[in-house]
Order: sequence, then C-alpha cells, then structure tokens
Amino acid sequence: MTKFKTTALMGAAAIALMSSAPAMAAGVKACLITKNNSNPFFVKMKEGAEKGAKAAGIDLKAYAGITDGDAGPQIKAIENCMAAGVKGILITPSNDSVGPDLKKARAAGILVIALDTPLADKDAQDMTFATDNLEAGKLIGAWAKGKLGDKAKDARIGMLDINKDNISVDVARDTGFLMGFGIKVPDPKVLASEKDPRVIGHETSNANEEGGVKAVENLLAKDPNMNVVYTINEPAAAGAYQALKKAGKKDVLIVSVDGGCPGVKNVAAGVIGATSQQYPLLMASKGIEAIATYAKTGQKPKASAGLTFFNTGVNLVTDHPVPGVPSIDSKKGLELCWG
Amino acid sequence: MTDPAPTKTISDFEATLGQADRKVASFERDDKTPMHILRNVLRSYPTTIPLLVLILSMLVFGMLSDRFLTSPTISLILQQVTVTGIVAIAQTIIILTGGIDLSVGAILVLGTLVMGRLAVYSGVPAPLAILIGMGVTTLMGLINGLLVARIKLPPFIATLGTLSVFTAIKLWYSHSESVRGSDIEAKASFLLWLGNSFKMGNTSVMYGGISLLLLAAVFWYILQHTAWGRHVHAVGDDPDAAMLSGIRTERTLASVYAVAGLVCGFGAWVAIGRVGSVSPISFDTVNLDSITAVVIGGTSLFGGRGSIVGSVLGAMIVGVFNLGLSLAGVDDYWQMFAVGSLVIIAVALDQWLRRATK
Repeated sequence: MTKFKTTALMGAAAIALMSSAPAMAAGVKACLITKNNSNPFFVKMKEGAEKGAKAAGIDLKAYAGITDGDAGPQIKAIENCMAAGVKGILITPSNDSVGPDLKKARAAGILVIALDTPLADKDAQDMTFATDNLEAGKLIGAWAKGKLGDKAKDARIGMLDINKDNISVDVARDTGFLMGFGIKVPDPKVLASEKDPRVIGHETSNANEEGGVKAVENLLAKDPNMNVVYTINEPAAAGAYQALKKAGKKDVLIVSVDGGCPGVKNVAAGVIGATSQQYPLLMASKGIEAIATYAKTGQKPKASAGLTFFNTGVNLVTDHPVPGVPSIDSKKGLELCWG
Repeated sequence: MTDPAPTKTISDFEATLGQADRKVASFERDDKTPMHILRNVLRSYPTTIPLLVLILSMLVFGMLSDRFLTSPTISLILQQVTVTGIVAIAQTIIILTGGIDLSVGAILVLGTLVMGRLAVYSGVPAPLAILIGMGVTTLMGLINGLLVARIKLPPFIATLGTLSVFTAIKLWYSHSESVRGSDIEAKASFLLWLGNSFKMGNTSVMYGGISLLLLAAVFWYILQHTAWGRHVHAVGDDPDAAMLSGIRTERTLASVYAVAGLVCGFGAWVAIGRVGSVSPISFDTVNLDSITAVVIGGTSLFGGRGSIVGSVLGAMIVGVFNLGLSLAGVDDYWQMFAVGSLVIIAVALDQWLRRATK
C-alpha cells in the first residue's frame, strides 16, 4: 500500500516536473522542512530562509515535522515537495528514515541540503550546513573544566539530554562536553557510555524548561552535591537554574548550547555560565544561496576544509573567559544571537 | 349450558398463602463470597486501591533507596505532581460525565502564555493578568463544552480538534518564544508566588503543592455535596435518566468543560511558579499524564463513578514511580513501562467492578 502510494506520487512528481518546466524559468521553487514548528531554533531558521528566499526571488514552501525522531510527517513533506517540482530541498531530518526519499529526490535532479543535522547515509544529501555539535560540546566542557580548576577532579556532573533516543545532535553535544571536560567516552555514538564516577547521571529534559526543572530535581535527589550541570539547550538550562535556585544551591555551573537571544541574556544575567552559540539563520540563508546558485549554474556547494560538512561556525559565549578556551562576551553574543 | 360449579374458592387460594415467601421484593444481594464482599467494598470506597498502591510503592522504593522515604523527597514528589494533579482534577470532572478532554494541556500552556506575556510585555498588573488568563482558559473550556453538549460531537473528537486549534493559537501567540524567568521576577513576581515555598523542619514545601490539596478538597465537597456535583455524576451515569429526572443535561455538560478550563487556568498560575519561566514548549506531556492519573486513581472512563481524591492519589503514584525508579538508577523507558502497566491494571480492575453480580 505504502509502496503503491510512493510510486504513484513519484509519477505525479514526474508529471509535475514536466508541466511546471516553463514556470521554473520565471521563479525557482524550493522547500524547507524543519523538525517542528515549536522550537524557536527551527522557527528562526524558517524566518531566515523565508527572508533569504524573498530576496533571491525563490518561491519557498515551508513544512515541519511534529516531534523529534518521527520521520512520517517529513516523508510526506518530501513527497509534496517533489510533486511541486522544486529545485532544492533544505531539510533538518528528524531521523535517518527520511534518507531513501531524499535519495529519490536527488535522483530526480533536486539539490538536497541537510541543515543542522546530517544524515547517516552520505548519499542522501548533497551537503550538510551545520554547527559542529561535537565541537560545541567540547567548548563548554573545556570551559567548565577550566573554571573549576583543581576542583575538576572531584566534580559532580549532571547531564540533561533531550531523551534516551540517541538523537545525533543530543549525542554529539553530550559526548563533546564530556570529552572537553576530560572524561573518557568509550562509545561516542551513544549516550551514557562513560564509566567516570564524576558523572551522576543522564536525565531526560525534553529540551524544555519544565523538563529541565524535573531533571535537576531528580539529579539533586541522587546527589545533593552536584556542582556542574550540562544542558542540551538554553530552555532546559533555564529550568535547571530554577530548580537549583529553589533547592538553595548556589555556585553550580550551568553550561548549554544554542546561543538564542534569551539564552545569551541568561549568560549576561549569570544564569548560564557559558553557552556555545550556533547560527541557524546562516544555515538557512547559505542553504537558499546554494539552491539559487544550483538553479543558475548547476554548481553544488562544497564542504569546509577538513570536514564532511559546511561548518556554519560556533562561538563560546561567556562573561568569565578561561585561559586556553577562545570565547566572546555576552555583549558580542547578543549582537549575533538568533531571536 | 351451565357453567360447572367452581371447584376452588378464593379462600382455598388464601389457605395456601401461608406457605408463600413472606419477604418483600428485594434486590439479590451479592455478598455470597469474600470476592463479592471485596468488590462491594471497592465499589463503595473507590480510593482504597490507589491509596494501598501508593503506600505499598512508597515502602518498596524506600527499601530500594535510603534517600526515598525522607521528608524532602516526599515533598519533592508533591512538588513534581502538582501541575499534573491540578489538570487531573479538571480531567476527573470531565471523565465523570463519560467524556474526555484531550486539550487540557494546550489550555494550560495557553493560560501560562496569556498571563506571562500580558504581565511582562503589556504591563498589565500581575493579579489582573492571572484573572484574564483564567478567563481565557475558561472560555476555551466552554468552547469544548458547547461542541460536546450543543453540537453533540463525541468528546474525543471535539477535543482532539480543539487540541490542534489551541496548539496552533499557542504557537502563533507566543511567536514560539519563551518569557524569561528573570523578566517575570523583575516585572511580575506575583506570577511566581505559588512556586515559593515555606520551611517545615528541614523540608521546603511549595505553596502550589498545598494549593493542589486545597483544590482537591474543594472539588471533593462540590462533587459530593452540591446539586451541581450530583448532576455531574447523574449525567455521566445515565444521561437519559438524568434528563428524565429534570436535570438540564446540556447545560450541566457545557458547564463541566468550562469549569475544567477554569481549573486549568489556575493550574497555569501554579505552572509558572513551578518552572519560573513561560514557554510554549513546556508541559507537552501533561494531557496524557492527567488521563493516566485519573485512570490509575480509579475513575471509570465510562462515566458516573470515580473520585477527585483518587485522581490526586493517581498523580502521586505516577510521581512516586518516576522518582523512585530514577533514584534506583532505572532508565526512563522502564518508568514508562511501569506506568503503562499500572494503567492497564487499573482499567482491568474497573471492568471487574462494573460487571454484574455473577
């Protein structure tokens, strides 16, 4: 049944491609498919792409999945985009199950660019425009270690992940932080493979405030002496701070990744010690540029030197710099933040 | 033709009456076996089972971890289940009418957004912002109520629809942006008041947790001792019989959903205090959590039978399992497994209680 549907849609896509050929000369069509419409990161990415598309004269249609890890709505969106005869697809894949459909899209001559999250199957995308999430994690890990100094060897660390599903971004930031802190990670492909007693535990935060509160409460119940909290993103960090404040815990380091404006303001306010800032607007605008170039000249984007993807960069934002760890202050971070 | 003389007279019939059963017409009693007696007790006191499960699970987790049976941990559980518990109270009165509300979580989050954004960005005084927020949530509940009572949509479908509608409004209204905790603290600290706590010995107790217990007491009284409360039970038990006995079922049904909206509005205020900031992506599991709590608490999904106290106990059981398993170092998915099993056992038990005497 599903197979029939897909082939039928492929047929429809082929017809659409043929019939819309004259229209494409006038305006290039493109698609943006994000993970969801609720996380500010993807909302801003969408806004950035729409702005860039307007400027480049590209007709952009935006789609979104519903939850992290659920490929269904994204597969439907890819099918719709192919049926609409787009020249390029920008996608933040929810998981690797969208790979086969993206390959079909590529075979139909569509430029496929993964934003933020690369696909495991290299042939499923032409290029990835992303933050180096492992590097983002390493930066905050190294900062926390430097900030603690001699006390780092007795640190009590709580880890706030998205969940237990081993989502690639979640794993890269989590293990990156541990590596940066100098903790051995036997398997960098999964969460919680480390055996170091300094790590109290990994809790699910669902990457939001409420989950952050609960996760820290649970960690404090396990070990009231926790003094470092790693968080997957800044909403979770805000929740972590709230729970620590209520428990009367001061001097606990909170580190995070994202660099959204509320997050950077929280760095300035001392809620978050340091955060790795990423640039979703850049991912989106670079992606649109690439599609425009591809439509004009047929040229595809190239990876950054030494990496398998196009690195859109990451900066550590903190007002308490640590020697040996390059960083920018919250003022600069606020200029660069993404809403 | 002449009739043969009657062979028996009236007095002949009456003569045998002495041998007849002298008992007045009565229901068959079902206290024949211990099983029947147990079932009767559970029917009359539906909170017995959740109470036993709660006590038992606390003892078990107390044995697994020496940190568990301490007053800070117990206060923490109360704190963690407060929002779910309040939403579960709203869900209970709806489920008592044989309905269900899948949109309570979205209503709650929209309530927090209205309160937070009005107070912080529009400069509305915090108490007024809270009242407006509760007004908005009541209105949303009323919309559900009218869809169910007036347009006669099945509650599941009606609230599945409004869940999407309210979620969309929530994302549009908030621009997917959080209201930061420090902004709320600076401009509208009254919003956070229910998140404050007082000390009892070495244990801090959140006002919100106390408010959950008070709210449960208020609704227990309303459901047991007011006309409206009896109407809610009657409508859930048998809507036709309720109508024939003079209850305005439509109006009762619509009011139930509106009251649930109001309760969610109060929950929104508590939620802001608990999390400290306002975010459109928080509390995404509270919908199903509330139904879980109600079911584990022994309220029948078929309506008419159940209790507020049971639902609060149900919420606490889920909290005890989550924190207990977490302290014992068990992974999240086994927490889900345990809670899911509890739901199935609770519903199976309800079916057994509903069955006629056999």
